[in-house]
Amino acid sequence: MKMHHKLLTMIAAAALTAGMAAGAMAADTIKIGVAGAHSGDLASYGLPTVKAAELVVKDINAKGGINGAKLELLVEDDVCKPEVATNTATKLVSQGVNVVIGHICSGATKAALPIYRDAGIIVMSPSATDSSLTQSGDYPNFYRTIAPNDAQARTEVDFALNTLKVKTIAIIHDKGDYGKGFAEDAKKFIEQSGKAKVVLFEGITPGAVDYSAVVQKIKRSGAEAVIFGGYHPEASKIVTQMRKKRMTTIFLSDDGVKDDTFIKVAGKYAEGVYATGPADVSSNPLTKEYHDKYQQAYGSEPGAFFDNAIAASLALTNALAKAGSTDEAAIANVLHTEDVATPFGSIRFDSKGDAIGIGFVVYQVKDGQYVQIQ
Amino acid sequence: MISLKDIQKGLLVSLWFVFLTFPLLVIKVNPIERVITWRWFNMLWIALGSFSCYLAVKAYKARQLSRQKRIKQGVIKERTAWSGRILKEPGIYIPFLIAVGLFALVFPWIFSTYQTNIMVTALMYIVLGLGLNIVVGVAGLLDLGYVAFYAVGAYSYALLNLHFGLGFWTVLPIGGLLAASFGILLGFPVLRLRGDYLAIVTLGFGEIIRLILENWNDFSQGPSGIANIPRPGLFGMHLSLDQSITYLYYLVIGMVLFTIFVVNRLQNSRIGRAWFALREDEIACQAMGIDKTRTKLTAFALGATWAGMVGVFFAAKTTFVNPASFTFLESAIILCIVVLGGMGSIIGVILAALILILLPEYLRAFSDYRMLAFGAVLVTMMIFRPQGLIANVRRIYTIPEE
Amino acid sequence: MDYFIELFFSGLTRGSIYALIALGYTMVYGIIGLINFAHGEIYMIGAFTALIVSTVLSIFGFPLPAIIILTLLASAIWAAAYGYTVEKIAYQPLRNAPRLSPLISAIGMSMFLQNYVLLAQTPDFLPFPALIPDFDFMEPYAATIGSSDLVILVTTAVVMLLLTWLIKFTRTGKAMRATAQDRKMAMLVGINVDNVISITFIIGSALAAIGGLLIAAHIGQINFYIGFIAGIKAFTAAVLGGIGSIPGAVLGSFILGLTEAFATGYVSSDYEDVFAFSLLVLILIFRPAGLLGKATIEKV
Repeated sequence: MKMHHKLLTMIAAAALTAGMAAGAMAADTIKIGVAGAHSGDLASYGLPTVKAAELVVKDINAKGGINGAKLELLVEDDVCKPEVATNTATKLVSQGVNVVIGHICSGATKAALPIYRDAGIIVMSPSATDSSLTQSGDYPNFYRTIAPNDAQARTEVDFALNTLKVKTIAIIHDKGDYGKGFAEDAKKFIEQSGKAKVVLFEGITPGAVDYSAVVQKIKRSGAEAVIFGGYHPEASKIVTQMRKKRMTTIFLSDDGVKDDTFIKVAGKYAEGVYATGPADVSSNPLTKEYHDKYQQAYGSEPGAFFDNAIAASLALTNALAKAGSTDEAAIANVLHTEDVATPFGSIRFDSKGDAIGIGFVVYQVKDGQYVQIQ
Repeated sequence: MISLKDIQKGLLVSLWFVFLTFPLLVIKVNPIERVITWRWFNMLWIALGSFSCYLAVKAYKARQLSRQKRIKQGVIKERTAWSGRILKEPGIYIPFLIAVGLFALVFPWIFSTYQTNIMVTALMYIVLGLGLNIVVGVAGLLDLGYVAFYAVGAYSYALLNLHFGLGFWTVLPIGGLLAASFGILLGFPVLRLRGDYLAIVTLGFGEIIRLILENWNDFSQGPSGIANIPRPGLFGMHLSLDQSITYLYYLVIGMVLFTIFVVNRLQNSRIGRAWFALREDEIACQAMGIDKTRTKLTAFALGATWAGMVGVFFAAKTTFVNPASFTFLESAIILCIVVLGGMGSIIGVILAALILILLPEYLRAFSDYRMLAFGAVLVTMMIFRPQGLIANVRRIYTIPEE
Repeated sequence: MDYFIELFFSGLTRGSIYALIALGYTMVYGIIGLINFAHGEIYMIGAFTALIVSTVLSIFGFPLPAIIILTLLASAIWAAAYGYTVEKIAYQPLRNAPRLSPLISAIGMSMFLQNYVLLAQTPDFLPFPALIPDFDFMEPYAATIGSSDLVILVTTAVVMLLLTWLIKFTRTGKAMRATAQDRKMAMLVGINVDNVISITFIIGSALAAIGGLLIAAHIGQINFYIGFIAGIKAFTAAVLGGIGSIPGAVLGSFILGLTEAFATGYVSSDYEDVFAFSLLVLILIFRPAGLLGKATIEKV
């Protein structure tokens, strides 16, 4: 047995030196990993991030790179599946990435993070909102340019309780990672406040042929407002069925619903719906700049999480430049202490890894458009 | 070989497919922006594709027919499959086995951590395939909810570790046993059913398990899953990522060998022969005095045990579990492995698992077409090669004459 | 009481849709003893074809009644064509193969069609045009039952009556029943069994397409995955009622639809599908032939 031990440590040491040698050799390029869903049914959430990273990297390389080193992107697909994400992360680590932009889905991110953590690689996600990613303290290498679920639920609940002053609330979610997490946070905050009662807390099955039974249940619960956690396809089905049943219950939802598609699909039934989302940044010059660049390159509007991904790319490249090395601690130090200009304005990161300066505001659908009301 | 008539018919077939795929492949609408995109080129591809497919199938059939005719006439002898011939010749397969064994042994030292990691996944699917093979291939029970047992294993490690701090080695047998008891629990009522009812009930069962994991937050932490599951430790040594993946690799190799050994021994045992008999003819089986329900139940429970154990490996490898990993798709992939490999054939299943798991990993560019290809594989295999890539060579028992 | 009635109508609507799909399952099973796993995808393809055709027609400026009729025709025709082709490719060559083979082939076909639509069209949800207008005379009852629910119920009833007539009183129906009873004997008396099987697939697929069109218009959105859940549910309903039996499929569908609606209404929608599948398991344990199915004794 002792033999075995020795052999293993020896080989490990050899592997380690080999790894270090590779790191030293690669100093003339800085490798940035981009991981997320790039194929399959969730590709539309992951691909805009790839494009965003490409645009930012192209700009920096055109200006001569960072401290003389060119940037290189390593794009890897994880189809938003945890088990694939670990493979993706291992692949990126074994290719010697220095920092990673990604992953897209919270589940995949959670699965991949320990691998990056053990390798000392900083990860920044444009879209993973699960509260525990930053708050559990398990992943000191994790940062994100999107506000966590609980911040969003907090904004939503405060708005419902203080501005709309509703007393009874029904909470519906889509049983998914994102929707259910949001719904639970909302429930917790409502109960803590003591100002209103949660009269119904239920999950619906996405893709079911009909939601009228749940809608009837909401009606019977006598709720003044419905908070829905999930994405816009289900939200528009529920809102449509509610309005068709002549229910005037207030409908509040999350960032997954703050999407123009929701308004186009639900049409007149979308009027009056509230949804939380990141503050409107379309007037920010950086946002405009990158939207124009995207428009030029691809001839269409960028998709989901594009602004967040631009922010992540800018924050990471800025930190790499200021730190002057690819060392984890040095990069982390810059991320925590120095402001960087992003489409969301100047941001820096708090000790847990959440961006300070990226929060949520409430929108309402008025005349077929989301209008910021708070 | 291909006559004018065939070409005429081929043209008709391609015309039919052009009609069939017209709305879905040629027209693409955006109902929101109210724009129509016409993709006429797809029409051409479909026409060409279906025409050549038709001719290829025709030619293949014609060849088969003429072969059979010549076999009947005694011009040529019936060929045993190449795989069968290799398996019969110790001179070929023993060196081959040694080479494969050596390759497997040194694999993690030659290839990168990433490759090893992928290999671990493929090896896990080999074990899953072999496990399902007992149920589907050997005993002939179509189980579409196999992933449920996989989930039971994965969650038993995740939860037992979370609440009681139990380690990998303790949970490995527990996970297997738990999965087996779930198998028995489900098996008792449903194994009396006919084959196709069984398929749908197991499918429903798989969905029920997933839904419970998704909804019962207090028990399973719901869709956000359980993170920070430890990897298997080696005598309390702290292992780096590379080391622990390498370690896991050898563990899974051990698991594969163990599975092959057990499955092989089982197939030649009394119960194994009862399974084969059951698959071929249930009624004759009963007449021979085989306890149908008990035999089926053992197959079901044994298959589930393996899924449970691989589940534990899965949780240890990913260090994170959530219900999204245990969908029907996963069951379908494992079934695909068994069908492609050849029902009941151990080598076939191993080969199929390697092909189906490794190939898409290296052909990332075509990853969108992966599930499409899986579906097509199932259909084509059933029609052209129902015995699988490597047909199961049934043991021949000879009774010495007195 | 109002609540009960509301849930009851919600269950009826669901049940009608399940019934339209379940009929296809049960007819095919009755005739060739195969679970046509791809049937749910045919339903989905029907809905997709309807979406595409109706959008194209409305962009070209056709009036609503014309759009409705042409869409209905197109989706039924193309779904039927897909059903027919699927049978010819994936099931006919396996007619004499072991039982498991066509079943696996069917699962493969289902995966293939699902991903075919995903790749050919889009993975995203698409909004379905409002083909069913809100009727003025329904306004007083809008809170209990919507216009689209009414249309679904009426259409289903009409389709059921037509199907019953077809099976009971036409030559084709007679041939179908004969084939279902004994395929070999039917061949002997001069029925073209292959044609009968094709016709069964065509009718079943067209019915599923009507279901797809109705539900898509009712709920307003579709994607490539809607066929999977609906297909499994409809199959559950068919087994519940006794697979192979046409009235059984209808009965089973309504029972399933009502169970789901009441379970959601009085217990929780969290476990909606769990109720459906548990019901299936229970029925199969206590009455393996289903509610209206005849228990057959296997003879050797």
